[in-house]
Amino acid sequence: MSNRVKNIIVPIMAVILGMLVGTIIMVVTGYDAVAAFTALWNGAFGEIYYTGEVIRQVTPLILAGLSVAFAFRTGLFNIGVEGQLIVGWLAAVWVGVAFDLPPVIHTLVAVIAAGVAGALWAFIPGLLKAKFRVHEVIVTIMLNYTALHVTNYIIRTVLSEKSDRTEMIKGTATLRSSFLEGLTDYSRLHWGIVIALIGVFIMWFLLEKTTRGYELRSVGFNQHASHYAGMNVDKNIILSMVISGAFAGLAGAMEGLGTFGYASIKGGFTGVGFDGIAVALLGGNGPIGVILAALLFGALKVGALNMPLEAGVPNELVDIIIALIVFFVAASYMIRLFIDRISKKGVK
Amino acid sequence: MEYVIEMLGIRKEFPGIVANDNITLQLKQGEIHALLGENGAGKSTLMNVLFGLYQPEQGEIRVRGKAVKITNPNIANDLGIGMVHQHFMLVDKFTVTENIILGKETKTGLKIDLKKAEQEVREISERYGLAVDPQAKIADISVGMQQRVEILKTLYRGAEILIFDEPTAVLTPQEIKELIQIMKTLIKEGKSIILITHKLKEIMEVCDRCTVIRKGVGIGTVNVSETNPNELASLMVGREVTFKTEKADAKPAQSVLEINGLVVKDSRGLTAVNNLNLDVKAGEILGIAGVDGNGQTELIEAISGLRKSESGSIQLNGKEIRNLSPRKITEAGTGHIPQDRHKHGLVLDFPIGENMVLQTYYKSPFSKAGVLNFKQIYQKAKSLIQEFDVRTPSEFTLARALSGGNQQKAIIGREVDRNPDLLIAAQPTRGLDVGAIEFIHKRLIEQRDNGKAVLLLSFELDEILNVSDRIAVIYEGEIVAIVNPKETTEQELGLLMAGSKQKEVGEQTNV
Repeated sequence: MSNRVKNIIVPIMAVILGMLVGTIIMVVTGYDAVAAFTALWNGAFGEIYYTGEVIRQVTPLILAGLSVAFAFRTGLFNIGVEGQLIVGWLAAVWVGVAFDLPPVIHTLVAVIAAGVAGALWAFIPGLLKAKFRVHEVIVTIMLNYTALHVTNYIIRTVLSEKSDRTEMIKGTATLRSSFLEGLTDYSRLHWGIVIALIGVFIMWFLLEKTTRGYELRSVGFNQHASHYAGMNVDKNIILSMVISGAFAGLAGAMEGLGTFGYASIKGGFTGVGFDGIAVALLGGNGPIGVILAALLFGALKVGALNMPLEAGVPNELVDIIIALIVFFVAASYMIRLFIDRISKKGVK
Repeated sequence: MEYVIEMLGIRKEFPGIVANDNITLQLKQGEIHALLGENGAGKSTLMNVLFGLYQPEQGEIRVRGKAVKITNPNIANDLGIGMVHQHFMLVDKFTVTENIILGKETKTGLKIDLKKAEQEVREISERYGLAVDPQAKIADISVGMQQRVEILKTLYRGAEILIFDEPTAVLTPQEIKELIQIMKTLIKEGKSIILITHKLKEIMEVCDRCTVIRKGVGIGTVNVSETNPNELASLMVGREVTFKTEKADAKPAQSVLEINGLVVKDSRGLTAVNNLNLDVKAGEILGIAGVDGNGQTELIEAISGLRKSESGSIQLNGKEIRNLSPRKITEAGTGHIPQDRHKHGLVLDFPIGENMVLQTYYKSPFSKAGVLNFKQIYQKAKSLIQEFDVRTPSEFTLARALSGGNQQKAIIGREVDRNPDLLIAAQPTRGLDVGAIEFIHKRLIEQRDNGKAVLLLSFELDEILNVSDRIAVIYEGEIVAIVNPKETTEQELGLLMAGSKQKEVGEQTNV
C-alpha cells in the first residue's frame, strides 16, 4: 500500500476508532448510543440552520489548523496559535470599533490588522529561535498567557471604561451577512468561510509552488544543507513563524468580526487555537486534510449541543470522542502497523 | 553438514525495484565469507532478509541444513545469527555492560545483577580478545571500542554466525588491523562470519570465499585464494576497472583561487587555519593531503562561506570573496561537494529531483517571479540522473531512500552541472565502492580538462596521489609543502603530513 493511501486511511481509521470507543463508553455508562449519534448528526446537519452553524464553527478551525500545519511543514511547532488568535481577535475588533471607513474596506482593514497582529505576536518566538535557538514551543506557550492577560488589560482599560467587553464593532467592519444568514435560517454563518478557503489556497500555493515555500520547506527539513545551498536560515525561520501567526490572527478575526462582533475579557483560552493542533494533526498538515478535519471537528462541536436535548446524553461525551480521535491519530503508528499486517496477509 | 547458512535463490522486491534477484549465498562453518557488491547492489537487503527484517518473495533459507522462516530478528537471534551494524545501535549514556545486556538482563528478583553481568562480559571479552572496559560509558569510548561492544552484544546473545556490515568504514587503519585480528580469533573459536564490504584489500586479506552481487543479481562465489583484486572488481561492477586513474598531463593556466594569509578559527575559538597561502589554477586538480583535524574542514568552510574567517584574503578570479554569504560565493562560480553529504549535501526528505536545484531553484528556468516550474525542475533532474547514472526508481523518490553512492552521484551531478570555475570536492568518495570512485574521479578530471579548477580534499592518500596534479600538504593549519605526485611517494607524504621534515622539503619546493 502506498504511503499516500496510508496517509488517508490512518486518519479515517482514527475517527472510526474514536467513535467506536465513544460508543462503548456510552453503552457502558448506560446511554443510548444510537440515539446519541442520531442527535449528533441531526444537530450538525439535520437542519440548514445547524449546517450554517457548523460552517461558522469550521471557519476559525480551518485557519487555526492552517497555522499549525504551516509551521509544522516548515519544521516548527507553533503551540502559540491560541495566543496569536486572541491578539488577532483584539486587533480586528479595535479597528472595527475605532475607525470610520467605508464598508468592505473597513472589514478588509480589520482582517488585515488581525493577521498582522498574529504575525507580530509570532515574530517574537521566531526571532528568539533564529537568533538564540530558544525553542519555539516554550516561548509560544508562555506567549499564550501573555496574550490572554495583555488583551484582557487592553479591553478593560483602553477599549472600555472598566467594562468586561468592548463596544460592538461598526456595521462597516462586520463579516456578518444577512444574505448568508437568510440562506441558513438565521444561523450566524458569515463571510469568514471565504477568507478561510482563500487561506487554504494561499498555504498550498505558497508552500508547494513558490521558491519561498521551497526555501521554507528546505530549512524546515535540513538547516545545514539549506545554509550551505545559500539560503538565509534565520530569515526563513522567522518568516515561517510570522506566516503561521498571520493565519492564527485571521482565525481571531473570524471570531471578532464574524461570530461575536466584539472582544470580551476571557477567563481562559478559547480552545480554538489548541483545536487547531488537533485539526492539523488529523489533516496530515495538508491543505485539503485541514479542511476535512476542521469540518469534522466543527460538526462534532455543533452537533454535540443537540445531544443533551434530543438524546439526554451529556455533550461532554463529544469532547471525549474528539480526544479519542486525537489520541488515535497520535497513536497512528499502531494503526499503520495494523494496516501493514492486513495488507501483507492480503498479498499472500 | 558443510554449510551453516544457505540462502538459496533469494528474491526481494520493493515498489518499483527488485533489490535481490536469485541470490545464493552459502556460508561454511568456520569461514569468513565476503559479500561484495557496489553501493546499492542489494547487500544490505540480503542481510536484512537473513536477519528477519525483510521477508523474501522467493527463495529458501536453511540454517544447518534445516529450512527456516525468519520473520523477525528475535528468530534470527535464536538461530544464533548476530549482526554487527554499520551504524551502531548503542545507548550513549549507558555503560558498556548495560548496553551489552540490554534486552537480555540477568536479574535477581526485580533487580539487574550488574556485577554478574560485568563478570560475564569480562569472560567473553577475554575469550575472544575483545578488550573493553565494562564500566566505561559508550559516549566516552572510541568508535573502534564501540564496535567491539557491538560484537560483544552479539556474542553475549550466543551468536554463532556473525554478520559484519561494512565494519571498517568508520575505523582508523590501526583499528582495522585490530578488527581483522578479532575476526581471526572468532573463527578460531568456531564462529562463522559474513563480511559485507566493498573494500577489495580486506577481502584479499581475511576472507576465504567471496560472493559477488551486482545490481541485485547474484554473480557467483569465488575462492579468494584463486582470485585477485582486479578480477573481484570487474565481477562487482561488470567491466574492467582501472585502479590507476588515466589522465593526460595537466595544462594549468591562470590562478582561479588565490588564498593569502588566511586565518580561520574553529568552533572552540582556536586557530585552525594559520596564515595559509594557496593557489589553484584553471585546468589543474590541487589535492590537499593531511591528517584529519589539521584545519582542512575549516579551510573549506571558509572558502565556501560557511564559516567566517579572521583575516587574510580569498580571491576567486581576482575578486575578493572572503566572508561573503554562501549564495554570493556560489554565484561567483564555485561548486562544493561537501564532506558530509547527509548534513550539507542533501535535503533527505525532499525528492531527489528537488535536491537537484538546491542552489538554483530561484533562477530561470526553474522558477519565474517566485513561482517554481516543476516541469523544468524534474526535466533537469531526469537528465542529470541519467547522465550521472544515479540509480533511483524515479526522480520523485526521496533522497533518503537512495544508497550512499547514488546520493553522492546526485550531488556531484548537481555541482558539476552548474559548471563552476572552482569545484571544491571534500572527500568525494568516502564510503563508496570502486565503481563509483572511478566514476567520480573521471568526472573531476573531466572538469579539469574543461579548464576548470578543482580543489580536492581527501584523507585517502591513494586518492590524492592518483587524482591530483599538485599536492599541498597541510599541517596544523599551514601548507607546509607543495609536491608533485609523480615525484613523491606515500612515505614522503606521510612524513610531511606528520609534520616532520617540513622545513627541508618546504625549502626545496620554494626554490
